[in-house]
Amino acid sequence: MKARRLAAVARKEFLHILRDPRSLLMALGVPFVQLLLFGYALTLDVDRIPTLIYDADQTPQSRELIARFDGSRFFRIDGFVDDRDVIQEALDREGALLGIVIPEDYSEQLLSGGTADVQFLINGSDSNTASISLGYIESIMTTETLRLRAAEQDRRTGLEVPPPVEPRLRVLYNSELKSRNYIVPGLIAVILMIIGSLLTSMTIAREWEMGTMEQVLSTPLRPSELALGKMLAYSAIGVADVVFIVITAIFVFDIPFRGSVWLLAAGSGLFLIGALFTGILVSAITRSQLLAYQASMLVSFLPAFLLSGFVFAIEAMPRPIQIFTHIVPARYFVVILKGVFLKGVGLGVLFQEFLFLLLYALLVFAVTVRKLRQKVA
Amino acid sequence: MWRRIREIVIKEFRQTLREPRMRIFLFVPPMVQLIVFGYAVNLDVEDSRIAFLDRDQTPASRALHEEFEGSTYFRITAVPHGPGEAQELLDRGEVVAIVGVLPGFQRDIERGDTASVQILIDGSNSNIAGVVSSYASRVVANFSRRYLPGRERALRMRMIAASGIDRPRAVSLPGLDARYRVWFNEDLRSRNYFVPGILVNIVTIVTLMLTALAIVREKEIGTMEQLLVTPIRPIELMLGKTLPFALVGLVQITLVTALSLILFRIPLRGSVLLLGLCAVLYLMTTLGSGLFISTVSDTQQQAMLGSFIFFTPAFMLSGFAFPIRNMPVAVQYLTYLNPVRYFMEVVRGLFLKGVGAEVLWPQMLAMAVFGTAIVTISALRFHKRLD
Repeated sequence: MKARRLAAVARKEFLHILRDPRSLLMALGVPFVQLLLFGYALTLDVDRIPTLIYDADQTPQSRELIARFDGSRFFRIDGFVDDRDVIQEALDREGALLGIVIPEDYSEQLLSGGTADVQFLINGSDSNTASISLGYIESIMTTETLRLRAAEQDRRTGLEVPPPVEPRLRVLYNSELKSRNYIVPGLIAVILMIIGSLLTSMTIAREWEMGTMEQVLSTPLRPSELALGKMLAYSAIGVADVVFIVITAIFVFDIPFRGSVWLLAAGSGLFLIGALFTGILVSAITRSQLLAYQASMLVSFLPAFLLSGFVFAIEAMPRPIQIFTHIVPARYFVVILKGVFLKGVGLGVLFQEFLFLLLYALLVFAVTVRKLRQKVA
Repeated sequence: MWRRIREIVIKEFRQTLREPRMRIFLFVPPMVQLIVFGYAVNLDVEDSRIAFLDRDQTPASRALHEEFEGSTYFRITAVPHGPGEAQELLDRGEVVAIVGVLPGFQRDIERGDTASVQILIDGSNSNIAGVVSSYASRVVANFSRRYLPGRERALRMRMIAASGIDRPRAVSLPGLDARYRVWFNEDLRSRNYFVPGILVNIVTIVTLMLTALAIVREKEIGTMEQLLVTPIRPIELMLGKTLPFALVGLVQITLVTALSLILFRIPLRGSVLLLGLCAVLYLMTTLGSGLFISTVSDTQQQAMLGSFIFFTPAFMLSGFAFPIRNMPVAVQYLTYLNPVRYFMEVVRGLFLKGVGAEVLWPQMLAMAVFGTAIVTISALRFHKRLD
């Protein structure tokens, strides 16, 4: 391998990138659009659930219960109705997600020491929102029950019964529980995979399609030099993207950054190299841009998006898929990203992840060179 | 005219299906996507791994251990010996929460004080953390409840002893009972919500991106000029180029729908015919957009990036995983311009709710308007580019 030839390939490829400003602009535009989307528009936080209330009781007691829901930031009371059917229809048309029905005998039951049934009608089609709202409802109802009982006991005995056991919750790493705080760092992995492998997957395929591959092959250039040279040129775009995302994430979106910048740089570098070689490998195998594109979507983008733990937790997947995620490099990179951004952990904790990314990059490089050599022969 | 269009369609089919790898790539990735998506895209939180740090080691703390172990939400996978070890488990992401019992737990309960259970939650995935914290509180509340009657009795005894007045009447305390009724997706399976959305995703990718790439390919290789010297008119060329992909799209919708019903047992409560009709309306918008992208790109790489830039926001802002009502108001209005949003609503309405055209007509109308508009614009541009 000669540095001079390597530099020549890298320079040629780089010129090629610069000569096509529209592609370059888009390669830098993809992360921009994604970041804007995830930073501003997309959130999995469940709050302000649109709620309709049918209060058949209309007493101070029932209004007190309503006040609990009104006071919680998780619910937004959109209106009061005087018919169950109205709630049903609103749920049908997605006008509301939750309907609360307070029965006629609500206050009567409470005053006589009985149990009042409150009905909750929930639109379950978005199961995530629905089950989280169930949790909030449950906790409001539990607190309210305890409060009612304590008040009743106070009234009767004049003595307070303290609750025997109480949970004390503390949330680490992301104490405001904002989904943006974990989605934006994970986005770096997805964007690098898109840029890294989708862009490069088309380069060698294009050379085959245009017939320039034969010309390249007739030069003294070695396969390893070709692969490395192409990789170097495209890594410039990847590095620019990472720097852009990290700066925007920290300064515009206020994502906490608790770890070491060097660790982040090293992890991103390793992952980017792996992604770029993946693209080149796909490209060397398929020889057609259309196929290369389809194939790299399948081997790079989808796993990075779905199987990396970026949004969808790996623990919730069925076992065979969980096992499969162990060969998805993005999975390890997402752990590194969350570790560096949110947890502030060091190499001691992330050692395995780094090792895997390194091995992956080396392995894909070796296979690519082999594949290119076969094509040459 | 129709004869010439037919010729192009046939040519296009032959060209696409000639290559065995292409044949595979048209139909295998959608299936793989459906299966992976269907199994992987899951926001349900169940069976969370937790660590139990017991620094009291008494019958009461062991009972709490059992209470957590017995709940369906949690699985205790580690019993660390000290706070340092517990913290490391959390750092490494091996557990999502640590339940910590401090020394004196049982003593506090017996004395009539409030004993506290410390729960440290990994908040890095806020979604999971929110659910885990509400489940954990529920488990602790249940545990707490079993000491309540004894405690009340003890208090009353003490009161009786102090005042000398006997008040033996049985008392019942008021309570609230929440009755839930979940509509449309009774088991709250997130799969029922996501799989219909995946159908939209797959169809969009294929019809939008492949159309754009296939047309630009002719330009890039230079065969477009050859086509232009033939008597084929631009509008015929355009139709001939897009119709095969429309057909591929419809076949895929059928395949993917069948697979979702069989493999994932997603309910399809609405009319299949209406689904087909809406699919055709939707395909008009995606094929039109693909055509549009092809008119503004010179190379396949540009077409690919262009469709990516169009597709990602369209998909993300469709309400697929991220609810539209959570978005900033300005963005919510923006989503009305997004055809993917309408098809997503249609598909979910048909699969989960079983509603009909009387509810879905605004969405269908919107897709028809968008489809006509984008196809017209692209056709005009396509025409101009070729002249």
